[in-house]
Amino acid sequence: MNFNDYLLLFCGMGAVTYLPRTLPLLYLAHKKLPQWLVDWLALIPVSILSALLAPLLFCENAGRTLQLGKPEFLVAIPTLAFALKTKSLGGTVLLGMALYWLAGYVL
Amino acid sequence: MKEATKNIVNPLQQGASAAWPICIGYFPIGLALGVLAQKAGIPWWAVAMMSILVFAGSAQFICVAMLAAESSIAAIIFTTFVVNLRHTLMSSALAVYLAGISRSFLALFAYGITDESFAVNMTRFRSGSWDRWSALATNHLANAVWILATVTGALLGQFVPPGAFGIDYALTGMFICLLVFQLQGRIYILTGVLAAAISVAWYLLLPGDSYIVGASISAATLGYLLQRRRRKG
Repeated sequence: MNFNDYLLLFCGMGAVTYLPRTLPLLYLAHKKLPQWLVDWLALIPVSILSALLAPLLFCENAGRTLQLGKPEFLVAIPTLAFALKTKSLGGTVLLGMALYWLAGYVL
Repeated sequence: MKEATKNIVNPLQQGASAAWPICIGYFPIGLALGVLAQKAGIPWWAVAMMSILVFAGSAQFICVAMLAAESSIAAIIFTTFVVNLRHTLMSSALAVYLAGISRSFLALFAYGITDESFAVNMTRFRSGSWDRWSALATNHLANAVWILATVTGALLGQFVPPGAFGIDYALTGMFICLLVFQLQGRIYILTGVLAAAISVAWYLLLPGDSYIVGASISAATLGYLLQRRRRKG
């Protein structure tokens, strides 16, 4: 691929990434939102994060099978406890990395 | 300090304090992306162009894999669209806190909406101690680190051993803590558990990435209905 191919590809990818990020904001920020929508949207962050996280902890990526007791899940337990106690994002990331690194040697 | 300088420096400081954990997570992943791109024969300037024009981690990984498999440009763009549709939900949720703000600001802000910056900004907005300039700084600091990391990876990433320092767990750890920030009552915990169960089932039964949007919408709707029923008593 030459420069122009890459430019075309990335502009296309950029457009289909940018539009879903910007159109709802441009539209909704200038409207009075009904209360039911505000209530529903308040539950979206917890839903998205949980939906992103759960397959990482409970599923095998390659064959798409359920797998309980993955190191990712075992490390998540103390990491979750730490996050609940300290509410520190940076600390949680660093602790999770350290425990996962250790788990690579132990498990 | 002069007032004008203060107005720029304060949001930057606040943004940096919110963005640094995101940056810790992005750096190793950006490095990994750069290394993969270099192995797939993509030049470093193309990696830089991609990180600036697209700025979407999972879509960029998929793009590199598809380029390595010699997929068509149209197929890669379509896949990117599907993978990034979840951002419509995040953009909608952020609109609650950015009501009435000028469209040019929103257009600039929307560029930096990622899974991570979204969750950090939502948490801070909800706590009431956050303004839009700090949120904008958070988004663009994370983006700057992402561009730097991916280009670094493309240039010299082959010297980083795989799996070092548990870097593969950085994003998982971040998701765990961001999730904790969202647990602000019983209905949130219940919705989170529902989302986890639906997402796992969806992931196991259906191919592709539809599980993220599918489980999020299903769980939020169920949670909302439960909440309404309980309010009515």
